[in-house]
Amino acid sequence: MSEHEHQEHDPHEHDHGHHPEPPTDVEARALALESLLIEKGILTSEQVDEIIRTFEQDIGPMLGARVVARAWVDRDFRKRLIEDANAAVGELGLSTTNLARLSVVANEPGVHNMIVCTLCSCYPWMVLGLPPTWYKSPPYRSRAVREPRVVLEEFGVTIQEDVEIRVWDSSSDLRYMVLPERPSGTADMTEAELAELVTRDSMIGVGLPRVPAARS
Amino acid sequence: MVAIQRDIDSVVVNGVHDMGGMHGFGPIVIETGEPVFHAEWEGKVRAIFSGTVGRYYNLDEFRHVIERMEPTAYLEAVYYERWLHAVETLLDEKGVLASGSAPAPQAPPKRPSNFPAPKFKAGDRARARNLHPEGHIRLPRYVRGKSGVVTSVKGPFLLPDANAHGNHDVWEYVYPVRFAARELWGADASARDSVSVDLWESYLEAVR
Repeated sequence: MSEHEHQEHDPHEHDHGHHPEPPTDVEARALALESLLIEKGILTSEQVDEIIRTFEQDIGPMLGARVVARAWVDRDFRKRLIEDANAAVGELGLSTTNLARLSVVANEPGVHNMIVCTLCSCYPWMVLGLPPTWYKSPPYRSRAVREPRVVLEEFGVTIQEDVEIRVWDSSSDLRYMVLPERPSGTADMTEAELAELVTRDSMIGVGLPRVPAARS
Repeated sequence: MVAIQRDIDSVVVNGVHDMGGMHGFGPIVIETGEPVFHAEWEGKVRAIFSGTVGRYYNLDEFRHVIERMEPTAYLEAVYYERWLHAVETLLDEKGVLASGSAPAPQAPPKRPSNFPAPKFKAGDRARARNLHPEGHIRLPRYVRGKSGVVTSVKGPFLLPDANAHGNHDVWEYVYPVRFAARELWGADASARDSVSVDLWESYLEAVR
């Protein structure tokens, strides 16, 4: 059974109020561990709730999109971003107080980058949020390094033969993020409008930015 | 799910987690509109990890516990089940769950101030050593014995092989090394494409 199929099984979906299902084994174990850690004073329930809320609401691809849009409009920022990404995203007020170091790799004419973690699930979550299930799944982890062009086709992205694909396997404390190319036809757009074009997948390298709607 | 409790006592390096290049896992399944957490317990597990990693165990120990899982249990488990297994195991092994007061949190690692110069520089050719140690390592199987080009110098970072096994004071430079796709996958691979892997200095030998 794939991870995907597993995760669609929501333990709450069978609870119709009359005969509530007992919690699943993993759910019970997670709740028991949480209770024990709270009882021992290692965590508080407020801390747990706050961490969950932060991941669900505050951290996500909108942060990375701000970084990309700034790099598209400010060449000096782009240069600093590639040289020292932690410092550069700090300029935008984004947190860099975690163990991992951000490393930004830029697409350019003739070069397309994509990221993977074959050994586990390393991901630039500080700017993209927590990774989607497919990124953590065996199919992506096994295939992205061996047949990136086939993988990209499954995401609807065709990279021409004369373009070099650079896959970055995140095996160390560096967390890679792709800086996609600015789409054409965006010369008159504001930084905030540009950020709307930046998708999560374009910063993983399995997608391209949205094309702006034609203007009259 | 009892299977997840199965654990391999012996140390494991060439585990099923080392998936780069494996065949047979099928197409990539993309879930549209995916939530951050699929159930409340997943968020709790993520929060327990965030609240305890770096205090009672480190990231390399965490990864190694997951790598020690019995292979079929690893593959059958939902992602956060592996995490739950890891936090349960580590907090137990570190004595945090025992009765009485919890052990004092670990001090954060201190990077040494005087550090020897890196052995490699950007542009150098290097070969990934053919290492199969017993225990944790961050050298993917698919690059062992393969040659590539160092593209930059990073770190020093803690050596995962040591940090996962009680020695929290071994630091090494890390080098993103670019391997040609054909070096890794043979003549059928693209002549243009490459895979870059971050490798610790002791994983590499010079190619002259």
